[in-house]
Amino acid sequence: MAETSTPRLKPRPLSPHLQIYRLTLTMAMSIVHRITGAALYFGILLVAWWLLAAASGPNAYAVFESFIGSLIGRLTLFGYTWTLIHHGLGGLRHLIWDMGHGFEEKEREMLTLATLIGSIGLTIVLWGGGYLAMGGAR
Amino acid sequence: MSAPVNGPRQYRTAARRVRGLGSARTGTSHFIVQRVTSVALLVLSCAFIVMVVALIGRNHAAVVQILGSPLVAILMLLFIGASIYHMWIGMQEIIIDYVHDDAPKFAALLANTFFCVLTAVACTFAILKLSFGV
Repeated sequence: MAETSTPRLKPRPLSPHLQIYRLTLTMAMSIVHRITGAALYFGILLVAWWLLAAASGPNAYAVFESFIGSLIGRLTLFGYTWTLIHHGLGGLRHLIWDMGHGFEEKEREMLTLATLIGSIGLTIVLWGGGYLAMGGAR
Repeated sequence: MSAPVNGPRQYRTAARRVRGLGSARTGTSHFIVQRVTSVALLVLSCAFIVMVVALIGRNHAAVVQILGSPLVAILMLLFIGASIYHMWIGMQEIIIDYVHDDAPKFAALLANTFFCVLTAVACTFAILKLSFGV
C-alpha cells in the first residue's frame, strides 16, 4: 500500500522553512493562534472540573473554589479568558480572510494588530469590570 | 512494452499511486465544520464568559441553581458541544502537521479522540445532572 520509501532519482529542492523567513506580525500571530488553540484544548479540563465539582456537591466544589480563589487559580483563569478571547478574535480575522477580504498589506497588518490589542484590552476590561461589579477582590 | 529493468513501478508518477488513497477524502467537511463551529463559538464564548464572571465567587448552592436553569444549561451544552468538536478537529490538524511516523501519529489521533469524547461526556453529564437533579 502506501509506501514512502521510493528512491529519489535526484534530490529535489525543498521549499524554505520557518527559520528562513523574517518573523512578521501576521506570522507570529498565526503561531500564537495555534498555541492558544492548543492551550484551550487542555483548558477544557478546567471547565470540566468546574462543572463536575458543581454537580458532585459542596465538598467537591469547595476544593475547586480553593484552587480558583488562589493566586495560581486566578492567574490560570485570567490566562484562560485572554486565551479564549484572543483565539476568538483570531478566528474572526480568519473568517474575514476566508471571505476574501483584508488581504492588502495595510489591512492584514491592521487586522492582526487589532486582534492582539483587542484581546488584551477586552481581557483587562472584563476583569476590571468584574472586580468593580463585585466590589473588589474577594 | 518490454519490462523495464527495475520493474514497471518507476513509470508510475507519485500522484498516480496516491490518487484515491489519500487521507483527505473527508477533509472538506472538517474544513467547513471548523468554520461553522467557529461562528457558533464567537457567540457561545461570549455567553460562557458572562456565565463564568457571574458565577465564580458564588457559593455552591447558587452555582448549582444557576447552572441548572434551562437557559444557562442549554447555552453551556451548546458551548461544550461546539468547543469540543472544534477542539477535536483542531488538534487532529496539529497532530497531522507535526507527527509524521505512523505509530505515534495513530496513537496521538486516538488519544485526541478519546480525550474529546471523555471531556464531552463528563461535561454533558455534569450539566444534565445539575439540571435534572439527584
